[in-house]
Amino acid sequence: MGQMNNSGLVKIQDGVRFIPGASALVGPLNKIINWGRTGSIWPVTFGLACCAIEMMVAGASTNDLDRFGVIFRASPRQADCLILAGTISKKMAPVVRRVYDQMPEPRYVLAMGSCACSGGVFDTYAVVQGGDEFLPVDVYIPGCPPRPEALLEGLIKLQEKINREQGRWSQLV
Amino acid sequence: MESTGIVEKLREEFPDDLLESYEHLGQKAVMVKRDHIVEICRFLRDECNMNHLMCLCGVDNSKRKGPFFERFEVVYQLYSISQKQMFRLRVQVPEHDCSIESITSLWIGANWLERECYDLMGINFNSHPDQRRILTPDDWEGHPLRKEYPLRGDTEWIGYEELKAKSRELGKFDFYDNLSKEKGGHD
Repeated sequence: MGQMNNSGLVKIQDGVRFIPGASALVGPLNKIINWGRTGSIWPVTFGLACCAIEMMVAGASTNDLDRFGVIFRASPRQADCLILAGTISKKMAPVVRRVYDQMPEPRYVLAMGSCACSGGVFDTYAVVQGGDEFLPVDVYIPGCPPRPEALLEGLIKLQEKINREQGRWSQLV
Repeated sequence: MESTGIVEKLREEFPDDLLESYEHLGQKAVMVKRDHIVEICRFLRDECNMNHLMCLCGVDNSKRKGPFFERFEVVYQLYSISQKQMFRLRVQVPEHDCSIESITSLWIGANWLERECYDLMGINFNSHPDQRRILTPDDWEGHPLRKEYPLRGDTEWIGYEELKAKSRELGKFDFYDNLSKEKGGHD
């Protein structure tokens, strides 16, 4: 899990240290909270099109999202992350937005695949030209569909982004 | 019963309605007038054993040339489950009176197929029990599969404009407000 240094503290992550025997963490609150969040990104089980098949593959045993603490939740109220997996049609867009609106803070959005990033090849009357037209997208994953490794990379990028955050735990900071 | 006899039986039963018949890759097809479409379908189903409606679709003929072509066409793809035979029924629908009789009384599954045809092509199905749009939103304007409909649409769907306005408004509740700013403001 970590590495013990001279002071007897176990370094878990940059800035987060664990005191053995005391069950205590030492470090700045930002870093401890970010460390907790990076290890428990729970996306909502929500697939839009064929990318959802690839998302399921990423969740299955070969790639195993669980080892990053990525566990799919069946309710947006228990989720931290919305993976836009597939083509967003204009008829579906209000539903996607409602799912996002039901998620509690902190919440993140991953645009998975060409369609969710930009509309992809579907530059037509019925397709949203990128999820960022109505959602604050954090990470864009290109590909048609992205391989599971690409989705993993996207989630790792999201972890890096979470680790850089400052004070996303109180309005007072 | 041989499926090769279907065209002959149709010609015998509906001599005035049959416009054209041909065979392609072993599949018989006929073009008929639209006036007696329900009777023709009932005859095919009950007398010719074409008991399964595989598919029903609309065609925009505005760029095709042929002796019988009207602006639109409704194609009924029939299948005989016992004989393993397909049969194609093509019906011309003029633009000025863009309607045809519904066949939901014969195949209840035709309901949604006809709704799709109405939604995307704008062909009205008379005496359809529930003719609403099925794929596009209820307040959509136009019929997207018509040739004159532009690929990207002519006007934005009002529901999507409302959604974008709502998203800009709700953007201020997000930790990083990317939406109320102009697009391209990501870090």
